[in-house]
Amino acid sequence: MSVRPLSEMSIPEAGQFFMLQTGKTYDPLLKRPFSLFRYQNGILQFLYRIRGKGTVCMAEIQAGDVMQIIGPLGNVYPSPAGDFIAVSGGIGIASLFSLLKKYPNKAYLFYGARNCNELLMLDEAKELAKEVCITTDDGTVCRKGLITGPLKEHIESAVFTKKPLPIYTCGPTPMLKEIARILNGSGLNCFASLEEVMACGVGACLGCVVKTTSGYKRVCKEGPVFNIKDIIWE
Amino acid sequence: MGIDKTRAKNKEAGKSKPNLSVEIAGLKLRNPVMTASGTFGYGEEYAEFVDLNRLGAVVVKGLSIIPKPGNPAPRIVETPSGMLNAIGLQNIGVHAFIKEKLPFLRHFNTPVIVNFFGDSVDEFVQAAGALSNADGVHGLEMNISCPNKQSGWCIFGTDPKIMSEVVSAVRTRTHLPLIVKLSPNVTDIGAMAKVAEDNGADAVSLINTITGMAIDIRRRRPVLANATGGLSGPAVKPVAVRMVWEARKAVKIPIIGLGGIMCANDALEFLIAGAKAVAVGTANFVNPQATIQIIEGLESFLDEEGISDINDLIGTLIV
Repeated sequence: MSVRPLSEMSIPEAGQFFMLQTGKTYDPLLKRPFSLFRYQNGILQFLYRIRGKGTVCMAEIQAGDVMQIIGPLGNVYPSPAGDFIAVSGGIGIASLFSLLKKYPNKAYLFYGARNCNELLMLDEAKELAKEVCITTDDGTVCRKGLITGPLKEHIESAVFTKKPLPIYTCGPTPMLKEIARILNGSGLNCFASLEEVMACGVGACLGCVVKTTSGYKRVCKEGPVFNIKDIIWE
Repeated sequence: MGIDKTRAKNKEAGKSKPNLSVEIAGLKLRNPVMTASGTFGYGEEYAEFVDLNRLGAVVVKGLSIIPKPGNPAPRIVETPSGMLNAIGLQNIGVHAFIKEKLPFLRHFNTPVIVNFFGDSVDEFVQAAGALSNADGVHGLEMNISCPNKQSGWCIFGTDPKIMSEVVSAVRTRTHLPLIVKLSPNVTDIGAMAKVAEDNGADAVSLINTITGMAIDIRRRRPVLANATGGLSGPAVKPVAVRMVWEARKAVKIPIIGLGGIMCANDALEFLIAGAKAVAVGTANFVNPQATIQIIEGLESFLDEEGISDINDLIGTLIV
């Protein structure tokens, strides 16, 4: 979905998100958080998968409709000093894409999806990344299985151990948990963009917290990007 | 005065701006629109969206003498035209609030009402005492929809005896205007409002959230980690309006009405039912500028109706 802001807005950065009004009635009531996918020529773009009530309504928005959005919100991906690894699961590519675009030809992209139809923006991502490794859960294209498989092999490889790179990731919670498990004790920096149900998006409702080594943190305010080693998985 | 007479009188008064100011428990509010506790943080979270100087009052998130970490996630879930929350009263504690958050609020010329609670009567009294001595706190709102550890975690606000004990104990400890926020999870809201009044409350606010539940049918588990949560949003508004009307008949002290107010028309229902002020809660999440839009909407309604003073509208329900 492409959105042209009607009022002044600060320039959004990779990792940040927006709260989007999805419908025009009280049901769905709350705005939904979406990562910035692309920002160019003053147009904000969001990539979403139709999954629940909110995204069903979003799909019905017509060109020219005026909806309320709040943003940019949250923190940003820390800038990589050089090359980096990006691990995307499913629609997580929406958040990582802006990072690939900001740092072209720097990323080793590990991209997993359920099947070949859900490998969104693959061609564009291939162009922006240095190297790409793809998996699909059902094996419709490329390697069958979860993306954490090849990621683990790569991290354990001699090439990587010699020159470790920071990792940036966004995707479903089970994937993030597995990455945290793989990296546990490795000392590697891994920045994960978390997804959580939100009511306000601006730090007031305390609804979107995640448990960290220093207590509950708001995904909307202290996040959405966290160092994965600080997260305590429930 | 009948509706037509009021209109006629005010039309004569000419086109000057209608008076929106109201007085609650000795607090002069520039308009009757306040924020609902727990939906506006400590004020600063919304300061970039809302000029706090335009609000009737700011009611900050509930505080306890001992900071609380809150509940595990998930803490919120959207339901039809509403949401359930089980934040678990997470807060930084009274002392950190006074030191870190209150200085910011002192920059504004808007009354600050601090919502507070405790696990015991003693904790309520301690919190009220500390807040009453703080510069920049203009009123207190007691959240009695929390459990009392001395009575087997029974909710303060659903048992008239425990409620009268805690309200009277806090009353002796504070000189500030004292608002008691009533729980709607009772059979007779009027009787509970009367308990608050009889034990020294200067005003009551109602309703707090209605206890509810949502279930994940695939996992056969509650959606919220806490199993149950408080329902808020437009879904609860008719219940809240009814309860304000019932409380109005039961007590003489002012009522602050809240529960699902999204727009000026919603606020007007509460005012007509007998609330002297209203609080806007979940609407802040949906639209950060909701409070301001409601204030502007109230003013236009008074203009349209030819009413020069909002106080002439309060409690004018004809049944």
